[in-house]
Amino acid sequence: MTVLTQPPTVSGDDGGTGHLEELRRDPLGLMARVREECGDAGVFRLHDQEVVLLTGPEANEAYFRAPDEVLDQAAAYPFMTPIFGEGVVFDASPERRREALHNQALRDRFMRGHAQTIAAEVERMVAGWDDEGEIDLLDFFAELTIYTSSACLIGARFRDQLDGRFAELYHDLEKGTDALAYVDPYADIPSFRARDEARVGLVALVQAIMDSRAASDEEVPKEERDLLDVLMSIKDEDGRDRFSADEVTGMFISMMFAGHHTTSGTAAWTLIELLRHPDEMAKVNQELDDLFAGGGDVSYQALREIPRLESAIKEALRLHPPLILVLRKATADVELAGHAIREGQLVGASLSVSNRLPEAFPDPDAFVPDRYLDPRNEDVANPWSWIPFGAGRHRCVGAAFALMQLKAIFCVLLQDWEITAAQPPETYRNDHSKMVVQLAQPCVARYRRRVR
Amino acid sequence: MGWKVVVDRDLCQGHGVCEAEAPAVFEVPKHDLVVLSERPPDDQRAAVDLAVRYCPTHALSVQEDE
Repeated sequence: MTVLTQPPTVSGDDGGTGHLEELRRDPLGLMARVREECGDAGVFRLHDQEVVLLTGPEANEAYFRAPDEVLDQAAAYPFMTPIFGEGVVFDASPERRREALHNQALRDRFMRGHAQTIAAEVERMVAGWDDEGEIDLLDFFAELTIYTSSACLIGARFRDQLDGRFAELYHDLEKGTDALAYVDPYADIPSFRARDEARVGLVALVQAIMDSRAASDEEVPKEERDLLDVLMSIKDEDGRDRFSADEVTGMFISMMFAGHHTTSGTAAWTLIELLRHPDEMAKVNQELDDLFAGGGDVSYQALREIPRLESAIKEALRLHPPLILVLRKATADVELAGHAIREGQLVGASLSVSNRLPEAFPDPDAFVPDRYLDPRNEDVANPWSWIPFGAGRHRCVGAAFALMQLKAIFCVLLQDWEITAAQPPETYRNDHSKMVVQLAQPCVARYRRRVR
Repeated sequence: MGWKVVVDRDLCQGHGVCEAEAPAVFEVPKHDLVVLSERPPDDQRAAVDLAVRYCPTHALSVQEDE
């Protein structure tokens, strides 16, 4: 029989909003200190909201196995409502997710088509490059992943009506995820104002696309119709459009959200880590050169094993998980792995702490892609510690899509281009001032066409 | 020595990877995961091991008889 313990509170409560300012300034430091001082379960405070942070494989397993009725996901992310809009669900129940997975764009059999689409989008982005030049890694991958996610999830027709403006506005939305939302999601601060203006701007872009489609008498062949055509064709009982541009935009924002900054950031960090480790870059380049020596097709290869590239991606995900903290709200008093959780507390799992536990990952701060190769397989061996995609029934349903996408991006990019750092490699870093983690600027790299 | 397939239903999301790896043993319809044969013949063992390995949510395991 386990002894039930009350999780202790971590040091550093400032007497005002508690640990909120520290969470906004240095969330990684705060979460690491919770584990140091409190062990597997410790409490920090965001204004009048207590958060129990769980770490370590035992606590993580209990957390990720807990049913939705006990740990509610939707109530834990108040900063998302102003971004998606009222009435757009944050996430579906595991049952609904299961159905969606069965039918929708993430299903295995659509993956080859998506891989083709993604490869084409990378080609389109680099088509404008000279033989050599510089790119900002944040801007480049953020724009690319707007095009890939809109093309794969909404459709090619919609993607073709987008340009860089959509990516810029979308980025402002992501920057509007200040943890201050736990006190007031509509506080009068610059990042929330920019968020709300960006949402208005996105609705205007979508409205313009809808207007142009409504005014056009062009007959679009059935196989070319996209999700926007379908939504525009639905009428209410009075024969008027069922969905306004505002509602459509909310749906599109929420569909694209989970796969956007996450994939964009992971692409950037995979590249940065390879730039920091030229020997690993050389191995990946050799692997790709061998793979495509016979003129292989990216859409085919991206779905097959590419061990060195995959290991580099996994290691970038472990060291720089795009989500560092996932949260639920306790709907009742509950015990998780011997720790007492009270109704109303937020309960968090820290991806950044778990991914660097030295018990699971020897030399945890080092970039070591070999840890995923036989016989080490440290991701498979530590399913409750290697959790860049979360775990359990709420595990990222887009994980396979994301890995395929990242592989496709690098298959195209590294075959034709040599990328080098345009600033000291150790100066690339993340901006953790918002709940959505982004690469901090400057984050510049140089490209040069490969001569072969 | 025999062995059997064990599914952890807390974890299954219905990705259908097991069905692709071992279609004779697993079926993943819309609302469920069906184990067609809990004690498959030994010639299915390699396919089941792949299903266990590639299950994205680590919901599958093989239990050896005592």
